[in-house]
Amino acid sequence: MGNLLEHMGIEKDRLHFSWISSAEATKFVDVVTKVSEAVNALGPNHKLVKNAG
Amino acid sequence: MNTYTKKIRELASNLLKEGKVDLVIGFKEGTVPMATAPGIARTPEEADGFVWDANCSLNLTNYLTNKKEKIGIIAKGCDSRSIVNHIIENKISRDQLHIIGVPCTGMVDKNKIRGLFEDEITEFKEEGDVIRVKTGAKELTIDKQEYLRGNCRTCMHRNPVIHDDLVAEPVVEQKLADPFKDVKAIEAMDADEKWNHFENLLSGCIRCYACRNACPLCYCPTCFVDEANPQWVGKGQDPTDIRTFHFLRAYHCAGRCTDCGACEDACPMDIKVRDFTRKLVKDSFEIYGWEAGLTLDQRPPLDTFKPEDPDDFIK
Repeated sequence: MGNLLEHMGIEKDRLHFSWISSAEATKFVDVVTKVSEAVNALGPNHKLVKNAG
Repeated sequence: MNTYTKKIRELASNLLKEGKVDLVIGFKEGTVPMATAPGIARTPEEADGFVWDANCSLNLTNYLTNKKEKIGIIAKGCDSRSIVNHIIENKISRDQLHIIGVPCTGMVDKNKIRGLFEDEITEFKEEGDVIRVKTGAKELTIDKQEYLRGNCRTCMHRNPVIHDDLVAEPVVEQKLADPFKDVKAIEAMDADEKWNHFENLLSGCIRCYACRNACPLCYCPTCFVDEANPQWVGKGQDPTDIRTFHFLRAYHCAGRCTDCGACEDACPMDIKVRDFTRKLVKDSFEIYGWEAGLTLDQRPPLDTFKPEDPDDFIK
């Protein structure tokens, strides 16, 4: 699914997949930090956004 | 009458005469040239209405879903793979089917041929590799291979993978240096170019759902686009909703699409919707070495788990 989203023009770094157990707090923090950094670097998303009204 | 048509009529009428099947699904002459319509024969006489030419591009597997009768069906290479899909997805059982296989040399791109003329086509005649097309104003003889549909040009399974009868000797399969050239061209674009490519592609979409209706894989009793509660996707012409529909429709075909081209053929706006599904065909092949509908003995990659499945995308 990530591949097809990327194929139609959604930047690869916007979508992340991860498997984190409830016992893996440090991994969770680590992944969230990396995800926010990657998404912040891309800036705001304008694709697949539906404008109200 | 061409030999394929003759043989199809003969096989179909014998099946009905001998009572081996309750009905045969095939193609009948359409109301205008270059159109064929799916048709059902329940008596040997009705089987005389079957035809075969390079316009039989729809996928008849679409009419097999959940049927209880014993059915004879005409199938090209791609259609036979869809039948395999139907069998492994328990939509019909192999015992119910008598498959009349058609070794296929490709179906024509009707819009491309129509584009050659300014007025309406009044006659379409296929003679081996050449096609004679007539309108009120002129007549052209064209080479069939040059006017094949996109999916027929990249087809590597022209002969039916399962069949009980064949209407002719198997044809030679195409050898292609790079079957996924079209997908790679899109992959080479940057994110915005890709986005714009699909935005232009879908700009003509009128949400008629013909692509979904023609697809043998789309057999859910209630499609996600028709569901009202919850409403998964908006029903209007908002580009986001159109994109969501096409993206999800394609994704539902992951690892199942046989690239039969019925979706594109049914599209009244000539949208190349295969630009979505082709990516999935390529990914299935490259990630899992999987081509849909080739065998009854193996489960598709997306409904099985193997420890060696690639998982680099999970961080």
